[in-house]
Amino acid sequence: MTTTQTTTRPAGAPAPAGRRRVRAYLKAPSDRDRRPPLVLLVPACVAALFALLPLGYLAVRALERGPQYAWDVVADERTLQLLGRSLGLTAVVVAACLVLGVSLAWLTVRTALPGARAWSVLATLPLAVPSYVAAFVWLAAVPGASGFGGAALALTLVSFPYVHLPVAAALRGIDPAQEEAARSLGHGAVRAFLRVTLPQLRPAAAGGALLVALYVLSDFGAVSLMRYDTFTRAVHTSYRASFDRTPAAALSVVLVVMTVALVAAEARTRGRAGHARTGGGTARPAAPVPLGRWRIPALAWCAAVAAVAVAFPLSTLGYWLTVGTSATWDVGDLVGTASTTLGVAAAGAALTTVLALPVGVIAARYRGRGARLLEQAAYAGHALPGITVALSLVFFAVRYAYPLYQRLPLLVCAYAVLFLPVTVAATRAAVLQAPRVLEDVARSLGRSPLRVLREVTVPLAAPGVAAGAALTFVVCMKELPATLLLRPTGMDTLATRLWTETGAGSFAAAAPYAATLILLAAVPSYLLGRHRT
Amino acid sequence: MRRPLAGRITALLAAGLLLPALASCGSDDDKGGSAKSGDSTLVIYSGRNEKLVEPILDKLEKAVGTKVEVRYGDSAELAAQILEEGDRTKAGLFFSQDAGALGALSKEGVLEQLPPSTLDEVDEAYRGGDGDWVGLSGRVRVIAYNPDQVDEDEVPDSVHDVVKPEWKDKVGFAPTNASFQAFVTGMRALEGDDATRRWLEDLKANGAKTYAHNLATLDAIEAGEVSLGLVNHYYWYERVAEKGEDKVNAKLHFLPGKDPGALINVAGVGILKDGGQSEAAQKAVDFLLSKEAQTYFADTTKEYPLAAGVTSTVEGLPPFDSLQSPDIDLGKLESLQETLAMLQDVGLV
Repeated sequence: MTTTQTTTRPAGAPAPAGRRRVRAYLKAPSDRDRRPPLVLLVPACVAALFALLPLGYLAVRALERGPQYAWDVVADERTLQLLGRSLGLTAVVVAACLVLGVSLAWLTVRTALPGARAWSVLATLPLAVPSYVAAFVWLAAVPGASGFGGAALALTLVSFPYVHLPVAAALRGIDPAQEEAARSLGHGAVRAFLRVTLPQLRPAAAGGALLVALYVLSDFGAVSLMRYDTFTRAVHTSYRASFDRTPAAALSVVLVVMTVALVAAEARTRGRAGHARTGGGTARPAAPVPLGRWRIPALAWCAAVAAVAVAFPLSTLGYWLTVGTSATWDVGDLVGTASTTLGVAAAGAALTTVLALPVGVIAARYRGRGARLLEQAAYAGHALPGITVALSLVFFAVRYAYPLYQRLPLLVCAYAVLFLPVTVAATRAAVLQAPRVLEDVARSLGRSPLRVLREVTVPLAAPGVAAGAALTFVVCMKELPATLLLRPTGMDTLATRLWTETGAGSFAAAAPYAATLILLAAVPSYLLGRHRT
Repeated sequence: MRRPLAGRITALLAAGLLLPALASCGSDDDKGGSAKSGDSTLVIYSGRNEKLVEPILDKLEKAVGTKVEVRYGDSAELAAQILEEGDRTKAGLFFSQDAGALGALSKEGVLEQLPPSTLDEVDEAYRGGDGDWVGLSGRVRVIAYNPDQVDEDEVPDSVHDVVKPEWKDKVGFAPTNASFQAFVTGMRALEGDDATRRWLEDLKANGAKTYAHNLATLDAIEAGEVSLGLVNHYYWYERVAEKGEDKVNAKLHFLPGKDPGALINVAGVGILKDGGQSEAAQKAVDFLLSKEAQTYFADTTKEYPLAAGVTSTVEGLPPFDSLQSPDIDLGKLESLQETLAMLQDVGLV
């Protein structure tokens, strides 16, 4: 159809139009601050408002007794001390996750590492281990492991896939031609990687690091078992000690401020450079880097990480299964709970992805203050403890959506509020890698913004978005505090069963649920590890 | 071009933030939480673990004669949820693991007055001062010890003794545990803030080791990490049920002489005023105080039954009336704020 039209067109017409087109896309980079189309802006604002719900709640609760009371809670000298402890833990865990995540991603994606796919899957699996299970198995094995070191260890081991996954996805998306060009100019493999590839991974790595940081700030399970007092633990203790929601809310506001600062800091490290390929044709997989005599150390590194992060918790669970008298495999119950978990996690991941898409595209493509604001809004509540987010949704649902209260749709919404940043980060990194010129060309050819999104941006970014969705799926599966408060009465997920069993002190009875959780999470991990663009 | 957009988004997001604040001002007026489905269903929010109480709640359904739905959660979080739900709460009955959460709800005025006949089932010491909640089962603070390291007659008879030099680095406890904090609150009520603070400082200075919860403390005693631990009595029985009695080495010592370390805390229930399920909830409370339910708590959860003349059947457990626990108004244990501040000051949490 199109070709017929072109051939019937008068010979002279295409040339000036073509020149205009070229000018349009040459101008594009300087046009970064232009306004995002409404088709992106409106849903992105909806998503941001969604993510801001907890903040609205905190504003109400924190100011319930006047700003002075809230300020007195926050201005306590202990607040500063706890902030220092939280930030110290965050810094150490983020650094460790960057080392683990980037090294494993490079080894599994770009080198001739034997069993690369299997290692890639293994590097994603720790994500399925709830932080309190990780902390518990370490404490059981090394009773002296508590405190800062233990908390950092447990949190690193469960959260490095946040870095590994986006970096691996980015590595797969990078056009090897650039690295080859660098090598043809005389750079060695390592130098080419450091100079050409690593800078391109920066958005993915920084996005992952941000997620790790926010995860550490919001974690309660690991730090409470490891007896390392952080800000979030103080928020929890405050709820528990006084049943008074005002001090807890005031402290939570500090976490929000910290989150916004972290998001802003991450945006600065991101820099201004875009990293999409601009050449003709399609990208092909890079030729694997031969490891040579580094093969054994590389394998040992992967094996060591897999051993401490996956094999160790699994074997501890296995041990509980064999020793404890309370261990029973109620297959019917296990299958029912597992399928419920899969269902709600899939719904949560789907909603989160839909909400994250416009925010991620805007964050990647537009640089105005408006774009920044939207992204920050999406992240704002992510460092909040789950109980705070859950109570905020109780607050809203009881007032504005009572028929939905304690029903599945609200639980799914809670997952979206909690994990929006996980998918936004993945989407943004993926869109950054999609060549912008293709969008500009499509626009200049008269495609509407919606069609450009549907036909160009989304297909190009799809692998990264899918990775984000899978990641969200896994974290939804192990979510506990919001699930406890918002699930329909009588509904159970693997995480709530795990909580019930450990609460009764029957660790052996909890083991089947923990093991099932990890095995189920292996499915998306396996698909992610296998996936090649 | 940029300014107006950023400005407009800011305005939009700010409006989104303010909406709940504005709406919450209005919501006090629209009383009545009309959509109550409660007539035919009793909803119980249970802060007690499903494993422990599900069998008796199953029987409760038959006794009450309506459909019963149970929501399991953490006592403190469920209490916060009930307060957040306000007059539209779904809960008809709150089954709390401790007196503190019940006291907090009582203070907020969301619990219904219980009839004297119900209250009189339970000793005055184990029910709410305002008559709006009642204890069902009791658990007592004890000192657990490792018999390989300490002879029974050497185990201290008072928590004041564990801060003595001979127990340096040998005591374990769980400072974030609600029962421990209830015990400290009780100690403050009995002996005053100064004495309690001094005791906490001495405990810390004496190298007492902190654990995440009672079970971890018990494990540390088993492993010989510490010789003594301040725990609740029934955790020991849980461990025995989990591992078998021959594999549990630790033993329990019950403190005499109304020592603050022998505090009895209770699990109990309160009926929600706004749940619209009072009738069914009242039947449920009566059932939980009945002989059948009380015998269940005695036999299965290894706690002390508080009503219906039932006595504990657990072997080796001293009879309830032989316990020499301190006289404390449990309803007052809800005010943990000062206790927490004290624990923070001393540097224990």
